[in-house]
Amino acid sequence: MVLGFIEHVGGAPTSLSLELLTMARRLAQRMGVPLEALVIGGSGASASGILASYGVSVVHVADDERLSAYAPAAWAHTMVQLVEAAHPAVVIGTGSDRGAEVMAHVAARLRLPLAANCTEVIPGNPFLVTRQRWGGSLLEEARLKGAVKLLTVAPHAVTVEADATATDIEVETKRPSLEDKDFRVTVVPQVEADTGKVSLAQARVVVGGGRGVGSAEGFQALEELASLLGGAVGCSRAVTSLGWRPHADQVGQTGMRIAPDLYIACGISGAIQHMVGCRAAKHILAINTDKEAPIVAQADYAVIGDVKAVVTAVTSEIRRLKPS
Amino acid sequence: MNVLVCIKRVPATGGHIALTPDGQNIDTRYLGFTISPHEECAVEEAVRLIEKHGGSSTVLTLGPEVATEQLRDAMALGMDRAVLLETDGREWDPVATTDAIVAAIERDRAAGRDYDLLLFGNESADSAGYQVGVRVAAALDLPCVTGIKALEIREGKAAVRRQTESGWETSEVTVPAVLTVKEGINLPRYPSLPGRLKAKKKEIERSRPQWVDGGLEKVRLSLPVQAAHTVEMLGQNGDVGPQVVELFRRLRLL
Ligand SMILES: Cc1cc2nc3c(=O)[nH]c(=O)nc-3n(C[C@H](O)[C@H](O)[C@H](O)COP(=O)(O)OP(=O)(O)OC[C@H]3O[C@@H](n4cnc5c(N)ncnc54)[C@H](O)[C@@H]3O)c2cc1C
Ligand SMILES: Nc1ncnc2c1ncn2[C@@H]1O[C@H](COP(=O)(O)O)[C@@H](O)[C@H]1O
Repeated sequence: MVLGFIEHVGGAPTSLSLELLTMARRLAQRMGVPLEALVIGGSGASASGILASYGVSVVHVADDERLSAYAPAAWAHTMVQLVEAAHPAVVIGTGSDRGAEVMAHVAARLRLPLAANCTEVIPGNPFLVTRQRWGGSLLEEARLKGAVKLLTVAPHAVTVEADATATDIEVETKRPSLEDKDFRVTVVPQVEADTGKVSLAQARVVVGGGRGVGSAEGFQALEELASLLGGAVGCSRAVTSLGWRPHADQVGQTGMRIAPDLYIACGISGAIQHMVGCRAAKHILAINTDKEAPIVAQADYAVIGDVKAVVTAVTSEIRRLKPS
Repeated sequence: MNVLVCIKRVPATGGHIALTPDGQNIDTRYLGFTISPHEECAVEEAVRLIEKHGGSSTVLTLGPEVATEQLRDAMALGMDRAVLLETDGREWDPVATTDAIVAAIERDRAAGRDYDLLLFGNESADSAGYQVGVRVAAALDLPCVTGIKALEIREGKAAVRRQTESGWETSEVTVPAVLTVKEGINLPRYPSLPGRLKAKKKEIERSRPQWVDGGLEKVRLSLPVQAAHTVEMLGQNGDVGPQVVELFRRLRLL
């Protein structure tokens, strides 16, 4: 059996969980075994309709009021009990913060290897996975050993696809036996007040600034362009390290991953660690004095020139056409 | 208090990655080396904790002898003590890495040094296994919070925050504890010249742990296939305003 660890919000599986199910179903079919799922929290039972349409034959619901708050070790202990009772051949989690964390706890408890952020799985002996390194700018083919194969799925590497031949689904609700120790870490959510500003994560246009912007003040011109386009401002790590912008604005491997319609990279060289944060953009426009900068070759459109001169020329042209 | 930070030496790749012909490694002939920004922030956090609460900070790495460069960088920022778990340069998977780190922590404990906080990066920059910190916590039976972006120690507890898509999550754990850090928790300082000179002279404690087969074995590396595309040049310098605005129109952004 292949077991998927499903994250859900009130019974609605997250989009990464649907990606996971798509990959897990193909794997189960290839191995000729059923696909089952674990959901945590009583409300998870209401996911069974959707899970059935993705090919899940049994959904295990772990119900315990203490599990309603996120407690990574308790969630992992719950999963470990299911693994020990049901003997899955493969357990798959998402590559979300929670998926990665719970699966790491599961692997540690079972003392089994765990392959993080897989894009492809080839069952058999050896059991082969392809996984992302360096935030996805490098792929590793690896042999995964262990009595149970543990892995997480790289976010957005799989296109979600429901199962054409959905069948019946069984719901098995159980109360795991948990210890106080499992709740040493529980997490309390704090929903942030809506500031009304376009967020970097949601913006259709992001104006990103790099070291080439020259100073913290230089970002004023980028702010203006972003506001004329209804977008948000992002930046490179060089900029956050210099203290010109807060880390929350950083795009890249150790910052935000964004997917706007247009990313305008101003004075950014295009290091691979930056590109993994913006490569999901539909279009990239590079503004750079150096036509040999790596960003130029990776962009769809480029202007060779000084950030300040170019951005100012663009904002005044927009203002000329659209006087406010 | 005693704080331990675990860091990993990785190549600082620039605009693109080149692989060695056998596909086993990144071609590092023309590259410098660094650690993950997450780990850099963990080092800075440890230095600040000791400045505030007193005690001693230790930086540890498992890697080849040249990884002493990263240990010295960390000492230049203010870490007090450095430990090298020396390897022959081949890659150790997360289970093997965990075993070696746990054994080193237990040796320190036997010698009278107990750690109140063990800091890791949320993930290493190169292999990004997202697990060594959690595994070390499990082996030592310590509580663990991953991906933290704020930390405050008060009355024997670590109050932490982590960021989610919709805001923040808070949590509180008793120490000793394992915390894995994300960049953004602080803005690391630059090393001072006296700091560098002092770090140069400091001793590094060394040992050679035994490699174990952790069960995740690299076969080969490859570069993801990039869709071929062309760059449309919109112009050079000065008066490119109209061309760029025309592009915004084409993309229906104006
Ligand atoms: C493990 C790891 C993780 C990392 N994570 C991230 C990350 O999340 N995000 C990130 O961004 N980086 C990250 N980095 C850093 C990354 O490798 C680069 O160092 C960084 O992205 C460089 O920022 P930059 O392009 O602004 O600066 P530079 O590389 O210095 O480039 C500046 C560019 O501006 C151009 N320029 C200069 N003056 C002008 C001008 N007047 N007008 C127009 N153009 C001009 C130059 O031609 C150059 O192309 C990471 C590095 C490592 C090792
Ligand atoms: N070779 C190593 N030496 C010391 N610490 C390491 C090593 N590998 C990983 N770590 C630590 O474990 C964290 C998570 O690594 P990983 O599980 O590979 O993503 C890193 O950010 C480091 O803090």
